[in-house]
Amino acid sequence: MGRALLDTPRDVAPPADTPPVRRATVVAVSTAATPAPAPREPFDWRGLGARVLPPLGGVALLIAVWALATQKSVSFPTPLATFDAAVKLFSDPFYSNGPNDQGIGWNILFSLQRVGLGFGLAALVGIPLGFIIGRFTLFNRMLSPLISLLKPVSPLAWLPIGLLVFKSANPAAIWTIFICSIWPMVINTAVGVQKVPEDYLNVARVLKLSEWKIATRILLPSVMPYMLTGVRLSVGTAWLVIVAAEMLTGGVGIGFWVWDEWNNLNVAHIIIAIFVIGAVGLLLEWSLLAVARRFDYN
Amino acid sequence: MLVNATPSINTRRTLQIQDVGMVFPTKRGPFVALRDINLEVQRGEFVTLIGHSGCGKSTLLNLVAGLTTPSSGIMLLQERELTGPGPDRGVVFQNHSLLPWLSCLDNVLLAVERVFSEKEGKAQLRERALAALDLVGMSHAVAKRPHEISGGMKQRVGIARALAMEPKMLLMDEPFGALDALTRARLQDELMKIVATTGATVMMVTHDVDEAVLLSDRIVMMTNGPAATIGEVLRVDLPRPRVRVALAENRDYVQYRKEVIDFLYTRHSHVEKAA
Repeated sequence: MGRALLDTPRDVAPPADTPPVRRATVVAVSTAATPAPAPREPFDWRGLGARVLPPLGGVALLIAVWALATQKSVSFPTPLATFDAAVKLFSDPFYSNGPNDQGIGWNILFSLQRVGLGFGLAALVGIPLGFIIGRFTLFNRMLSPLISLLKPVSPLAWLPIGLLVFKSANPAAIWTIFICSIWPMVINTAVGVQKVPEDYLNVARVLKLSEWKIATRILLPSVMPYMLTGVRLSVGTAWLVIVAAEMLTGGVGIGFWVWDEWNNLNVAHIIIAIFVIGAVGLLLEWSLLAVARRFDYN
Repeated sequence: MLVNATPSINTRRTLQIQDVGMVFPTKRGPFVALRDINLEVQRGEFVTLIGHSGCGKSTLLNLVAGLTTPSSGIMLLQERELTGPGPDRGVVFQNHSLLPWLSCLDNVLLAVERVFSEKEGKAQLRERALAALDLVGMSHAVAKRPHEISGGMKQRVGIARALAMEPKMLLMDEPFGALDALTRARLQDELMKIVATTGATVMMVTHDVDEAVLLSDRIVMMTNGPAATIGEVLRVDLPRPRVRVALAENRDYVQYRKEVIDFLYTRHSHVEKAA
């Protein structure tokens, strides 16, 4: 199990030493503010510039390269043409002209709904399973090889199984999300349970706490940061998978929309879709990071 | 209101350890950590276990705490056999072991609830936890999380948590080992006061000779492992309250100190394992 963890990026997991950057800045601001109440400190334009300008520069660079490369192209739209298309697209995101022609808003919402369902079911199954695997060696030995075997399987390999079992495209897509996003949650939760410090369990033992109190007062808070890392990785995976799954299954959704626009040879829309998919993924990640911070007991 | 408020000189036995031995199974065969341990602790007595590292003093404390089960022999706590861990023994761990996601008050409450929640209401439980924190001088930090207070303060809260359960015995595993010398001295002084007011029965593991002489009614000196056992027991008849500064030149104190050092370094000096 420990080996399996190494495969997953542990960007937030270990509870001990999480937020070096963020805290540091907060402290710096507050100490700078406290000693001098009388003369107001000048606004830190340089600091702001140093943080805001480089990302803007990066975006500008990308657009510049894109503009240069597409200067003479006929098939690939320029940034300006893409922007125009985007303005038009987002001016009416929720129109509906039958199942194959709906606004981009609907497409995103339908995709999010599938992700929500598949991911939610995966959390419902995966987190308890992780607890069981982490707490009982027997289950760990029983299930670890299976998880190691199934984890690296490409999402799309699961799709036919879903189609076969559910005989319908939509549940098959949800099933694919479910099976692909369950592993990070199982593994991280299990590792978190195994890493509950022995000292805390000794406290539970000398106090002879009930299993319920052990679970709620010691295991859960201690495992929470690991679990949330798993959840975050899972949502990322789910959002990755949905596009591919919808391309194959069809229906309203951002993945199908990309494929549909490819068939229409509307490349500008495909580029817009790429940005939208990225932005939604980023929002999912951020919101879960915010949740994770709330539960970080450090 | 904590523990038995009267510091009675009642000589009733609190703890009896009879012929206890501890053998750990290892890959190379059984490892005898402790053998033939016989010890009685009276109510209100302060007993320290001292010895070189690896002599099994912590193992012995863990046996009494119930965290490990002895391979042989029996232990009785107020005439009842010990079969496992329980809140009738308050354990203070070397590394405090406070739960980082709970405030100091909630850490103590967790222990208090475990013992008294059947008989008492929420307000009373809270009262008990606050009283325990007050006893160790931590009233100012009830709402703080463990990472917001110093190492010495954490250890105080650890002691409060153990005492708040009104245990029959307080078990301390090198409680001040990780603290700096000044903090350690202050906590030793406060521990003496707390023990004086509560009449607590204490068994404490230490490797600090001064700490042992200063705090103890008896010092249990252990031979070196493997197969460690009790070498000698030294009764420390210094009047209480004991004052650190005055004791430094006290002839008896110096003599007790010398006896412990003599045991540890002359008769049972630690032999580094030869190949």
